Amino acid sequence: MAVSTGGVPAASESARGRRHDGRPDRQGPLRRSMSTHWYAWAMIAPAIVVMLVLIGWPLVWGVYLSLTDATEATIGRTIGVNVIPATYEFVGLDNYVQILTSSLFWDKLLWTVIWTVACVGLHYGIGLGLAVMLNRKLRLRSLYRVLLILPWAVPAFVAAFIWRYLYNSDYGVINGFLKLAGLSGVGWLDDPTTAKIAVIAVNVWLGVPFMMVALLGGLQSIPAELYEAAEVDGASPWQRFASITLPGLRQVSGTVVLLGTIWTFNMFPIIFLITGGGPGSETEILVTYAFREAFTGIRDYAGSAAWGVIILAMLVVLALGYRRTLRSQGDPW
Amino acid sequence: MTSPVHTVRTPPPTSPRTSPRARPRGERGPLASVGLHAGLLIAVAISLFPVAWLVLTSLKPRNGWLSTELRFFNDPSLDNYVRVLTGTEFPQWLLNSVLTAGLTMVLGVFLAASTGYAVSRFRFPGHRATMWLLLVTQMFPVAILIVPLFNLMARLGLLNQIPGLVIAYMTIAVPFCAWMMKSYFDTVPIEIDQAAMVDGLTPFGAFWRVVLPLARPGVAVTAFYCFMTAWGEVGYATVFMTQEDKRTLGVGLQQFVGLHWSDWGLMTASAVLIALPAGAVFLLVQRHLVTGLTAGATKA
Repeated sequence: MAVSTGGVPAASESARGRRHDGRPDRQGPLRRSMSTHWYAWAMIAPAIVVMLVLIGWPLVWGVYLSLTDATEATIGRTIGVNVIPATYEFVGLDNYVQILTSSLFWDKLLWTVIWTVACVGLHYGIGLGLAVMLNRKLRLRSLYRVLLILPWAVPAFVAAFIWRYLYNSDYGVINGFLKLAGLSGVGWLDDPTTAKIAVIAVNVWLGVPFMMVALLGGLQSIPAELYEAAEVDGASPWQRFASITLPGLRQVSGTVVLLGTIWTFNMFPIIFLITGGGPGSETEILVTYAFREAFTGIRDYAGSAAWGVIILAMLVVLALGYRRTLRSQGDPW
Repeated sequence: MTSPVHTVRTPPPTSPRTSPRARPRGERGPLASVGLHAGLLIAVAISLFPVAWLVLTSLKPRNGWLSTELRFFNDPSLDNYVRVLTGTEFPQWLLNSVLTAGLTMVLGVFLAASTGYAVSRFRFPGHRATMWLLLVTQMFPVAILIVPLFNLMARLGLLNQIPGLVIAYMTIAVPFCAWMMKSYFDTVPIEIDQAAMVDGLTPFGAFWRVVLPLARPGVAVTAFYCFMTAWGEVGYATVFMTQEDKRTLGVGLQQFVGLHWSDWGLMTASAVLIALPAGAVFLLVQRHLVTGLTAGATKA
């Protein structure tokens, strides 16, 4: 019916509908492509709905909150049968101006960037080193592999508590070793510099296995013939590494570095549980600071939401720029 | 003492034709072997030590953790475990965590599997947008969603309710798991679906009865990942579950090592109890986990 009466719209509709679908189907193209898409849409619908309701809507509301002066005192509540109406007001970009002009924000941003770069850099460097080692022919290789993966199996909050105990200045084993070596103990979490080193060390310990495993998978997908050919041509080990291994890992590296950056940037439990942001707020990264803003003292919902929006904006820009760089180097997607 | 052992062991059995200069491809000298093993052993030591120390500490008697001297064992006992299981609310927290993580797992796998399948198999309007949505939502910081979600939960009366926490975890688990499931489905040849549909199954039927069973390792890994996400989450749980008897493990454990009072004996024992089952399952599925991640990475 549709085909016979409305030829032109149907044709354009179907052309649009099966843009990605290379199959030429002469019989009822509209209906077939529509039904294909209907299935696809039905299958993604539950997840999309969940994400829109649980992420999209809170996001919109969060952005709105960031433009108001909502705090614990002004937000509407229901206590028993008493409904307290909300009294916060729209204040435009005040929160953003306040945050972006405060030195606190820039301090935290600087530390967050250092934290992310140091962690991801060490994750990648150590992970790649171990992956290359494990990719050699080796006795006990699978045993090494399993043992090296182990930190990944430890839930982050458990890891945080383990390390807090190791760092403990009185009973911690790290100071125990230092004393054994005749040195005096260090108050690891009491001094800003050592506390920063300490949290980075924990995150590196926790994150290297993921990188190692992902890069090992990448290494194993590089054809061995390439190495053989290079060796026949007299390439040195370093040349082989630089011109075969690294390019061969580019795609895997691209994805894991992006994921690693996002995860580290947002890494909440490590800092929250090990130092609690302390001493002072020295080790507080943007995410934990925004959390603290929202849920300690007088809860500053608006300020926290503004921090969140700023963090998200930075990550989206980062991801877009990153993807663009990868694509300009010929990466599909 | 060690060097004779190495000189005996490391030359490969085919050594007659290997003079030090002309070594066959892919083999290395004894020195390189020693270096390789030494490097790996150091790495293994670093990766194992904290866990090993945790276990050792948990086995010390009640106040064993207070000793300032380094001892690997002093009168090993299960005292700490007994105290955790009988004298604290640990069992209640454990139950809460298991329920939360279990529900998150079931729901998360269902949502992630169907989405992952659609994204893997069909090219439909909105495909690219969905892929982006799945990627972008992974980078949402806790900070921006937590206040609106908190208000939402408060309004719906879901604070201090396990379903409320499960809903919040969906925002973390679904995007990444859908991404992972997609990469698994990509490894199942599309001809299988086509054959199933030729035989009269609908796309839903093909997914449910044919492809999903084939992707069972992928489902297992995704399930495990969902479980672990919920099992290890702290931020949402701290805020949403304020009632004493509704705490999950991540929240409850903070009590053992508070500002004014800490008992690392309790802490280490419960940490072992939490990490052991997770670790055991993890080691079982880790091989699949690796395949999924790298397949996703190379094909994304």
